[in-house]
Amino acid sequence: MATQSLIPAGDFRSTYAADTTIFPTAGSRYAVWAALALLCLAPLVLDRYWLSLLIQIGYFAVAALGLNILVGFTGQISIGHAAFFGFGAFASAWLSNNLHIPVVLAIPLAGVVTTAVGLIFGLPAARLKGLYLAIATLAAQYILQDFFARANWFTGGVAGTHAEAFSILGFTFDTDQRYFYVVLGTLVLCFVAATNLMRTRDGRALVAVRDHYLSAEMMGINLTRYRTLSFGLSAFFAGIGGALYAHYLQFVSVEGFGILLSIQFLGMIIIGGLGSIMGTLMGTAFMVMVPEAMGWLTDALRGSPVDRALSLKDNLSFLREMAIGLVIVLFLIFEPDGLAHRWRQIKAYWKLYPFSH
Amino acid sequence: MAEALEVRQISLRFGGVRALTDVGFTVAQGELFSIIGPNGAGKTSMINCISGRYRPSEGQILFHGRDITREKTNARPKLGIGRTFQNLALFHHMTVLDNIMVGRHHLLRNNFLTGSLYWLPGVRGEELEHRRRVEEIIDFLDLQAYRKATAGTLSYGLRKRVELARAMALEPKLILLDEPMAGMNLEEKEDMARYIVDLNEEFGMTVVMIEHDMGVVMDISHRVMVLDFGRRIALGRPEAVLADPHVRRAYLGEEDEPEAAPVAAPGREAQPPVRAVS
Repeated sequence: MATQSLIPAGDFRSTYAADTTIFPTAGSRYAVWAALALLCLAPLVLDRYWLSLLIQIGYFAVAALGLNILVGFTGQISIGHAAFFGFGAFASAWLSNNLHIPVVLAIPLAGVVTTAVGLIFGLPAARLKGLYLAIATLAAQYILQDFFARANWFTGGVAGTHAEAFSILGFTFDTDQRYFYVVLGTLVLCFVAATNLMRTRDGRALVAVRDHYLSAEMMGINLTRYRTLSFGLSAFFAGIGGALYAHYLQFVSVEGFGILLSIQFLGMIIIGGLGSIMGTLMGTAFMVMVPEAMGWLTDALRGSPVDRALSLKDNLSFLREMAIGLVIVLFLIFEPDGLAHRWRQIKAYWKLYPFSH
Repeated sequence: MAEALEVRQISLRFGGVRALTDVGFTVAQGELFSIIGPNGAGKTSMINCISGRYRPSEGQILFHGRDITREKTNARPKLGIGRTFQNLALFHHMTVLDNIMVGRHHLLRNNFLTGSLYWLPGVRGEELEHRRRVEEIIDFLDLQAYRKATAGTLSYGLRKRVELARAMALEPKLILLDEPMAGMNLEEKEDMARYIVDLNEEFGMTVVMIEHDMGVVMDISHRVMVLDFGRRIALGRPEAVLADPHVRRAYLGEEDEPEAAPVAAPGREAQPPVRAVS
């Protein structure tokens, strides 16, 4: 039986260490370094619009990563992820405003605080599964949203709250060009940490709980502990993502963290690929870019002969929303396993090109 | 020989259904002990009681003299009990290697924090150290070609072997095998029988096995227990058990003494195994 390996012939590993690297081949390692170098140069080349999109992808991807650990790797479900994202945003703003903790520390601290909240709301996960758990997390979404609206001391209530700009040693990252590096650094750290987690003991335990919880228990895995832990981890990344968002906009208000965002997070990981770290990033980029791309298309249509012939006028903006929905539906029909799966297939194809067997 | 396992008159009831009634037996350390019986006799229920999946309604289970009746399932690998499942219970989306590594779970010390910081001293070292032990098991079970394959893509016989590997990775003192050869062809069965004998003799594991293939059971077991309708009807050396009239009745439905014959519940048929009586 052929194993689906992308390792080229003749690439033999003589140590177990060499067999456990994150990126299996030298080529993929060079590609990653090159991509990182290119991203580091991005603020010098790209304009503000593009940078803001990249930053958006960055903080959403960190939060979506948490959701993928919960849904993709541990096989649970949460439709309250946006609430944790919001909690991280408010927590970081509150910590830096009220306790005067430097933002650089407030962001990870906000992650820790959100973890605690996530653990509390994760407790039902020890007993509930599937749709029942989904409803329990929906409760988390609404409880937290209500809390945001009412806890004036913490969130500034409906008026929202100000969040300080990110700064290290007096150097302030208040422009998109500068803040981009903060997001990029955090993103890389989070993704590396998650990758490491998934190749060590507790990460394997999470996947084991997903794949067959009965035999996982027989392997000495405490199901309650890992199901709850998974909620904690997911909330941690949501909190970090939310904190990045807060200090980017420097203003946090209640409206942004509704159930729609929760569902968008689910969309990101499903489109990217459940249980795939890199897929999370791809899915997030997809979900952020599709509305933009559809916006460009409808803008291009505006005033064109098609527009005039059909007299679309203001309906163009509705066309955009419909097109976004259509793209997502088509995507799920033709690519149900996500972008990560497609990417693997593309790599497998080029490995054997031009002879397919 | 010291007793590895002592089952003291356990009963297991599900509402009105009596899965096990007053079953007691002991397994000596280093023994290869088989449990046989017709379908629905309570064999898997017995294994589930020992592995903690079920809690017996009455009676006690002692493991090396310690009462484990109320121990949690996930505490049992640490005590030294490992098992395989009758219906495949692998982690289907994980590689064979990761499946077996999960078996090392209770022996590893890393947690999610240290695991995320993979390059800290000791973290990677621990992983690689246990990887080495896992590779020994892979070598023992001839799984080298499949270590990077996804478990769900393997053939049935191979999956059974991976499951055995995963149970071995727990480093148990007592290994419970629930039909390790079901659905295998002759060659795979011979291999599996050899592995079981080897892990009993070379690795010194005490084995409690459920198996329907009488040829294998009679060949490799030290002692055999026969269950029927949740009761123990025979226990002893394989030849003696085969000759026992109760066993012959349970398997072949002979009716010699009408007053002693157990009344068969409707809809439950004793299934004669392929080579019940040699």
